[in-house]
Amino acid sequence: MSPDIAYFAATLAKIVAIFLLSVHVVPIMVILERRISAWVQFRIGPNRVGPLGLFQPLADLVKFLGKEDFVPAQANKVLFWAAPALTCLPPFLVMTLIPFAPPFEVMGRELPAVIVDSSIGIILALALSSLTVYGIAIGGWSSNSKYSLLGGLRSSAQMISYELALGLSVLAVICVSGTLNLSDMITRQTAFFGFDDATGNWAGWNIFSQPVAFLVFLVASYAETNRLPFDLPEAESELVGGYHTEYSATKFSLFFMGEYIGMLGMACLIVILFLGGWHLPGVAALDLSPNVFALVGLLVFMAKVGFFLLLFIQVRWTLPRFRYDQLMQVGWKVLLPIALANILVTGFVVAWS
Amino acid sequence: MSPTLAVQTSPFVDYVGIAPYLLLVVGMIVVLMVLPLLLAKTTRHRVKDEAYECGLPPQGTAKQRFSVHFYMVAVLFILFDIEAVFLFPWATSVQELGPIGFSGAVVFVAVLGLGLAYAWRKRVLDWN
Repeated sequence: MSPDIAYFAATLAKIVAIFLLSVHVVPIMVILERRISAWVQFRIGPNRVGPLGLFQPLADLVKFLGKEDFVPAQANKVLFWAAPALTCLPPFLVMTLIPFAPPFEVMGRELPAVIVDSSIGIILALALSSLTVYGIAIGGWSSNSKYSLLGGLRSSAQMISYELALGLSVLAVICVSGTLNLSDMITRQTAFFGFDDATGNWAGWNIFSQPVAFLVFLVASYAETNRLPFDLPEAESELVGGYHTEYSATKFSLFFMGEYIGMLGMACLIVILFLGGWHLPGVAALDLSPNVFALVGLLVFMAKVGFFLLLFIQVRWTLPRFRYDQLMQVGWKVLLPIALANILVTGFVVAWS
Repeated sequence: MSPTLAVQTSPFVDYVGIAPYLLLVVGMIVVLMVLPLLLAKTTRHRVKDEAYECGLPPQGTAKQRFSVHFYMVAVLFILFDIEAVFLFPWATSVQELGPIGFSGAVVFVAVLGLGLAYAWRKRVLDWN
């Protein structure tokens, strides 16, 4: 086998691996969410299907496939069909931009552990994740149900409001790291806490140089993925089911798939922007061979992402839901001014150093 | 890195990897959406096909007018999102631009801060 073909095969294997990783986060998160919620509420939770109920998501999938595919008579059929796909696709595309590990070495060449190593990675990630709002708004409108319409409206207004805080908090991080490429952003956080000796720039994790941006980004990412305490679009007690009231079968499950992949993407972005990606103090000093180093980096990255995914679940079962006017006020009157002030302070410090 | 750099004749080479990935994702979505049509039984009935409205016959259409507040939030969002997009180039190069570039950004943010204060004062951000 010639080196070129081997490299090509490795690239394809990498793409399939990243796809499988994104897909399999959904059932893992579903079973974790259900078991942890049961644990929080002193219930037993699903424990019948397979050992410890681990095969429950598989049984759920079979049930989804066997459910009647319902379309309301008054619905706009084309848009009603398009909406779940439009909600599910953008979060998957965000995953192509995430560098999961340091570059591997295949046939003496570098194989980056990312599908698209874009020079405008962070802008592209934010742009793609904001496309989700189309699917939700279209799904809510095309069902021709009043609950769906209200849920879709609320959801789109909420998502665009918090997107501002999200984008502006990222700006402060870019001021510090001076790049839009996600891989470069990670390589500029090699030290745990401290400055680069050669240039004098900050080279530690950005959570220490940008704690305010970290908090704003964390809060806004919960709102962006429609998770509690910001799950107003679903608000079962007010809106029946929100924008997916009229959806059934796998179309319904696609909305949730999009939500969980969106959470994965947000957790990855938090780790890349603020927590040094695959870096862990002490690992670089071990002087490992490139592939072992990449594997260790992959594990470190996934551990950090797993922590934030568990935090998503923990917050959901700890905090109550916001009222809608409170939600919009937090977004516009608290997070947005804080993010703006943070940019100016960061810009001031960086410009004069 | 040099072998990969030599291949990069077009900026789109970087993005080719997205094609097989897109194929996988779209294929999965299509299969998931089509399978229930083949596996599940579908029955239609005039009352069953109505949109859900607490079990009562739906009153009128759902495609009606809604609060103007949502439009105003959308307009504000466009303004501030474009602001963010304009600030991205400044943020990437603030280390080289120094104090002069920073003062430009301050003026820019201040104008939009005034806009936010105006919207705040006009109670666009209040939901009652």
